[in-house]
Amino acid sequence: MSEEVIKVEKLAKNFGSFEAVRDVSFTVNKGDVFGFLGPNGAGKSTTIRCLLSLIRLNAGTIQMFGKSYATNRYEILSKIGSIIEKPDFYNYLSAQKNLEIFARISGATVSTKEIHEMLEFVGLGGRGKDKTKGFSHGMKQRLGIAQTLLHKPELIILDEPTTGLDPQGIIEIRNLILRLKNEQNKTILLSSHQLSEIELIANRMVIITKGKSLVEGNVQELLNAQELTVRLELSDLNKAIPLIQQHFANVEITRINEVEISLSIEKQQVPHLNKMLGDNNILVYALEPKRKLEDFFMKIVQS
Amino acid sequence: MLLKNIYNEFIKILAKPRSYIGIGALTLLICIILFAMKADGSSFISFVTSSFEQTLSFNGTILNGNLIAFIILQMLIVHIPLLVALVTGDLISGEAAMGTVRMLATKPISRTKIVISKFIAGAVYTFILTLWLIFLALFVSKFLFGSGDLIVLNSEGLVILKEQDILWRYGLSFIVAFLSLLTVSSVSICFSAFAENSIGPIVSTMAVIILFTIIGSMEVSVFQNIKPFLFTTHMASWRSFFEDPVPYSKILKSIIILVVHNVLLVSIAIVKFNKKDITS
Repeated sequence: MSEEVIKVEKLAKNFGSFEAVRDVSFTVNKGDVFGFLGPNGAGKSTTIRCLLSLIRLNAGTIQMFGKSYATNRYEILSKIGSIIEKPDFYNYLSAQKNLEIFARISGATVSTKEIHEMLEFVGLGGRGKDKTKGFSHGMKQRLGIAQTLLHKPELIILDEPTTGLDPQGIIEIRNLILRLKNEQNKTILLSSHQLSEIELIANRMVIITKGKSLVEGNVQELLNAQELTVRLELSDLNKAIPLIQQHFANVEITRINEVEISLSIEKQQVPHLNKMLGDNNILVYALEPKRKLEDFFMKIVQS
Repeated sequence: MLLKNIYNEFIKILAKPRSYIGIGALTLLICIILFAMKADGSSFISFVTSSFEQTLSFNGTILNGNLIAFIILQMLIVHIPLLVALVTGDLISGEAAMGTVRMLATKPISRTKIVISKFIAGAVYTFILTLWLIFLALFVSKFLFGSGDLIVLNSEGLVILKEQDILWRYGLSFIVAFLSLLTVSSVSICFSAFAENSIGPIVSTMAVIILFTIIGSMEVSVFQNIKPFLFTTHMASWRSFFEDPVPYSKILKSIIILVVHNVLLVSIAIVKFNKKDITS
């Protein structure tokens, strides 16, 4: 059985009458790159703040490395490196001084040489003496990652690390995370509102919305599910719908508008569907298969 | 970990430009006073002594370094709280405003230690500011105006202190003046634990000082009952060392009240910061 690094059960957190998180449960195992997926306002940052003991829970339990914060706060936080929302630094200090400040209270001894090496690792070599006031958002993100890694944590928590970055910056941060996974075998919890990002990096994930966790599991298994949602744009829906129902038993068809429908079928049936429509002289203007989870997530985001 | 974080706090204070505003402003103000005294100090002194000239005759140099130091302290001790609050009011709330409080609170250091290290760093800054004030006021004044007996005017009349009887009084008054300013520092740190911006605690601290000073100066019976417990009442206790004889029991009472204020205010800051949801 895998070692559980994070175990969250029925987490709830209110801010006054506002329920930011109402029922979130998930487990992160050692070595996971765990995607914490949800649309904006789903409760991701609040959950992460609870995980880092920045805010108090109203209900539920959090176990970090099999222990609770109540009696093991120092030990737990010594093993975690984190960026919450965006990394902020003392703007009047240099990048190196900022890292020295955080390293000094990180619970580990970090030498100046290691700080220089870390700056090199995140691509900020030669910028250590510069004040962070002049750093771009991408540079601050990279410095933030350097800050999380300084004390060699077992668990890294990154809250939307690519938000606000340009495409090049996103690729750089993504590659950096993959290097942490592949070269240093870190356990990483990565929150994002983009399924595509999680799909590229994570091996396991949970989807939360409106403060509630909905789906948890292996990313590939969840995304490679055989059942697809197919959107069709056809020349004659009145003729097509009975034909589809006749050829594909128990298929559920949703009429989107006068020319479009969507239906759920298995991946292997898509070519047969296309052929059957063609054989019956129904023109297919568009056939757009979507993985069910992707469709599900898009509906959550759109709602 | 506490020592490491105190060191961190010193680095932050030293690197912030606002930390030098206080020292710069203090230096400028003292230079202006010294210049004014050098230019026209005798007429300033004769304005004060003229009312006594019919009953007393003054011999020697009244306008000396000891008197000017006393005048400077008297004038500036009212304004220094603002300079102290400018730095200490920013210690916790400044981290919230900058967003670094998130980073700080996710490190393996207790929130109590974070507040204590900020209080200690603030206390050292206040100490340096007070020391700089005393140094400029006393030693530079003595260098420019020479030494001599000190004539102090208080509510009971004139007190004349011998030259060799003055330095220890300045030494002890420095300790009480520091304790007074430390209380201001604790007030602003306490406000800082409640705030998410830098300006709020600074303005609130000054508002409290002004409010308490007004309450303390009003001759209304209901306020007279609380006046002995207001820290502002005891902020001028350093002056008591220039009375003859020195009212030690009165000074000790002031010290106790100021220490109690410090303990209470820092405790409130610790409790608040520990209970605070860090959402910034």
